[in-house]
Amino acid sequence: MAKSQELSVQQKKELAHKEEKTVPARYYVPNTDVYETDEALTLVMEVPGVEKKDVSVQLENDVLRVEGRIDFSKYEGLEPVYAEYNVGHYARAFTLSDKIDQDGISAELADGVLTLTLKKAKAALPRRIAIR
Amino acid sequence: MLLPDPFETLSRLQQALDAFQQSDWLESSPSGTGPYPPLNVFRKGDDFVIVTELPGIKKSELDIQVKDNAIRIAGVKAVDYTEKASLHRRERTAGRFDRAVTIPVRVDADRVKAEYHDGILALYLPRAEQDKPRSIKIA
Repeated sequence: MAKSQELSVQQKKELAHKEEKTVPARYYVPNTDVYETDEALTLVMEVPGVEKKDVSVQLENDVLRVEGRIDFSKYEGLEPVYAEYNVGHYARAFTLSDKIDQDGISAELADGVLTLTLKKAKAALPRRIAIR
Repeated sequence: MLLPDPFETLSRLQQALDAFQQSDWLESSPSGTGPYPPLNVFRKGDDFVIVTELPGIKKSELDIQVKDNAIRIAGVKAVDYTEKASLHRRERTAGRFDRAVTIPVRVDADRVKAEYHDGILALYLPRAEQDKPRSIKIA
């Protein structure tokens, strides 16, 4: 990808919930890049404004649920004058295939970017067969 | 005693942010090029705070300039992958950005503070002393 491209503004995609929420918070879908190497599948999600303590990554029934909550107390005392984007929590869920080793999931959060590394199960690693 | 509703701040903020779709604030200044990144401007007493979301930016790649009442935020957003990666989904954007906006109040350029935490860039713009409204006493 050319690095000198101009960045364009993307509207935040709001998450459509299946069940209604009891709290007036909005959930947005974080932009995610998914890439694969020989050893692992990596998800990189952009969750600006989320601190480490407010991230929840849960794996249940082969579904990986990632949620990042925003701390709205930082906005207390600030009166909005002009706004171009809305602020809300982030949530996204992925269904994992059985190629992923469910005990080998690690997560890192830096500068609003959450990187999830999902190690591939040993059975799914590419194997070289030696010819005798 | 009436307990404050904990979701008041939250829903008021989100409704206010939604309502500000059209505004004559923040006209583009000629030294900028595009509308990225989207900014939110807040008022804290007499001073202003500009908040923007810039995840994954290195501080060394971020260039913030203040002159008179124009603010310029420029930099490069980089998204890098290891060599042998095969990309399945690409939603993050990368590239240069350069946005300059004019604020309709005069700002004290020496006291401007910029903070970058967790992908959020906050610019604290204290209003210039001459610009503050003065109350006139009636003799």
